Amino acid sequence: MGFVFPEKYGGMEGSFLDLTVLMEEMGRACLPGPFFSTVILGGISLLEGGNEKQKERFLPKIAKGEIILTLAVTEVSGNYEPEGIETRSVKTEEGYTIDGTKLFVPDAHIADYILVAARTEEGKGNNGIALFIIDTKSPGITVTPLKTISGDKQCEVRFEGVKIKEDALIGGLNNGWSIIQKVWPKIVVARCAEMVGGAQEALGMTINYAKEREQFGSPIGTLQAVQHYCADMVADVDGCRYITYQAAWMLSCGLSCDKEVAMAKAWCSDAFRRVTAKGHQIHGAIGFTEEHDLHLYYKKAKTWELFYGDSNFHREIVAQQMGL
Amino acid sequence: MDFSFTKEQERLRQEVRDFLETKVTDGEFQVKSNGWVESHSQKFSKDMSRRGWIGMTWPKEYGGHNQSYIDRAIVMEEMLTYQAPIGFHFLADRQVGPAIIHFGNDEQKKTYLPKIINADISIAIGLSEPNAGSDLVSVKTTAMEQGDFYIINGQKVWTTGGHRADYIWCLVRTDLNAPKHKALSEFIVDVKTPGITVRPIINMAGVHSFNEIFFEDVKVPKENLVGPKNRGFYQLMAQVDYERAGLERLMQNYPLFKNLVEYAKKEKRNGNPLSKDPFIRNKLAELEVEYQVGRLFCYQVAWTLSQGRIPNYEAALCKAFCTQFEQRLSDAATRVLGLYGQLMPGSKYAPMDGDAADSYLWSVSYTIQGGTLEVLKNIVATRGLGLPVAKS
Repeated sequence: MGFVFPEKYGGMEGSFLDLTVLMEEMGRACLPGPFFSTVILGGISLLEGGNEKQKERFLPKIAKGEIILTLAVTEVSGNYEPEGIETRSVKTEEGYTIDGTKLFVPDAHIADYILVAARTEEGKGNNGIALFIIDTKSPGITVTPLKTISGDKQCEVRFEGVKIKEDALIGGLNNGWSIIQKVWPKIVVARCAEMVGGAQEALGMTINYAKEREQFGSPIGTLQAVQHYCADMVADVDGCRYITYQAAWMLSCGLSCDKEVAMAKAWCSDAFRRVTAKGHQIHGAIGFTEEHDLHLYYKKAKTWELFYGDSNFHREIVAQQMGL
Repeated sequence: MDFSFTKEQERLRQEVRDFLETKVTDGEFQVKSNGWVESHSQKFSKDMSRRGWIGMTWPKEYGGHNQSYIDRAIVMEEMLTYQAPIGFHFLADRQVGPAIIHFGNDEQKKTYLPKIINADISIAIGLSEPNAGSDLVSVKTTAMEQGDFYIINGQKVWTTGGHRADYIWCLVRTDLNAPKHKALSEFIVDVKTPGITVRPIINMAGVHSFNEIFFEDVKVPKENLVGPKNRGFYQLMAQVDYERAGLERLMQNYPLFKNLVEYAKKEKRNGNPLSKDPFIRNKLAELEVEYQVGRLFCYQVAWTLSQGRIPNYEAALCKAFCTQFEQRLSDAATRVLGLYGQLMPGSKYAPMDGDAADSYLWSVSYTIQGGTLEVLKNIVATRGLGLPVAKS
């Protein structure tokens, strides 16, 4: 859990590139757990934006697996733009009062703490946003899991007059969006790494099936139509791998890589979806039952495609980076 | 894992770029899509040779430079960015030289490698025949022993640059009774040998790069057989991985891509820059992502070669992916330009001097030559993934 945290917070000081290896294996296994929300969304955000006291308080507990965290950015607008943040934080004598509704918050139903992006001032775009860490047992919080395609738990989180202390603020008062921007590439690339693993596994299952399944007296893998689907899948999977490793390596080296990160998510979003769709076509009927695991990957591919921007969203970033 | 280039490699890239800028400024060639296939200049190749950019990866004892395949890829990437006229030495540098290094005897290495490196000779490749395209093992051209010679009879086709070459690297049948794949041999043949006729084939873009080559009782000395007799097909299987792996399969219409992006930034439609059109923004960004993925494929293959390994399915995958990208690029370019997208080079009103329409015509051949898309996918599936081959 504390793989990339400094030793003083109970971590192992692994690099971000090391972490992507772990994420790839989790993706390969379609791991249904709150690792991503706790470590990537929560832990890395605290590491990037938190003060010393906050890091000492939360990171060792994350490293020991004692607490579950998550990050709440998106709201009813369903996008990742600062303009979409309408949840209000109002300064009080003791701290702040939070009111608003967050959507698509991963694992909020089991989280001990939620990092919440809230608006401190109207009409100030990305300069009027603060990030708070809030105990989910605080009065006024209602968590309702949504029913998603992949069965992961993304939740509606309602804040009604939730009172928090001054020490819940992460970074400066209007600094929230810049923290999110700093963590953003790591969130995106960590997810891409999971997509690499997931796509590789879907491909592997499909190849094995094509070698074993016999029709017309031969394995269906002898049929060129099937072989060509498989070859297309390899191009997609290898593409996911190289474009993601490139971004992860650049992030790990501390190089500027907004374009490479966007290219990775743009490619993986489409490629993982295509790989699972072709995998289903080759698997035939057994693939679309719950008796077979392939549907787990097909579903994850869609959820992860939509997570933190689909290919259109990221291609727009690429277009900007090209000077268009 | 390391995605960076060394300081020496960055210097090399800059050196090549400066070289090319000077050549363009001096009017030695024009930057134009498909230029590297169309154009052919021994002078240009000699200038490259003097800088050590031919035979870069070959052993020093034959005049090579013992550099890595990554270094070669860097030089190629710059050459292709400018579509420099590298046709004189290109095929020999890419695949004939490596084939001679792998399978030739010492005498052949000493005879041909320095001449290739010095750009003294140009070599074309004679593999395909009218009835042996994808099914290369079915070549019918024969070479029969007669004293100290082999007598070659038959016909090759799609021989790129055959009309300008000094030698043709030929795959021929040397045993009429053995199974097909155990009956082929490779020869290096002097084009001036009596009995050879070269006939041009004009491609649909109006360019002469392909040829038919006829062999009628062509007498070739025995020492021109490369590798053991009847092992040609096995040798060839290793050689084509070089043919498939390069950046030339990604960048043949690179100038079109570069110019299209600039065009979209500057050109206005209904008062707005083309680049503000959501379809065009998305399309160009999509092409950029695909291009960068293709570039990683190419460098991955170069890296594999630099580690002293022959790529497995990766070379076939690389060519399959990259040539499809080139096709999508030329199609997208014609559509971004709208009605102007059909205007050919030299036409009034043609944007980018008609490079979009011209490239669209060239692009048909991208997924066919050097291994069709379908054959390449078969290779990925059977050699790469271990899928079973159909019983025939």
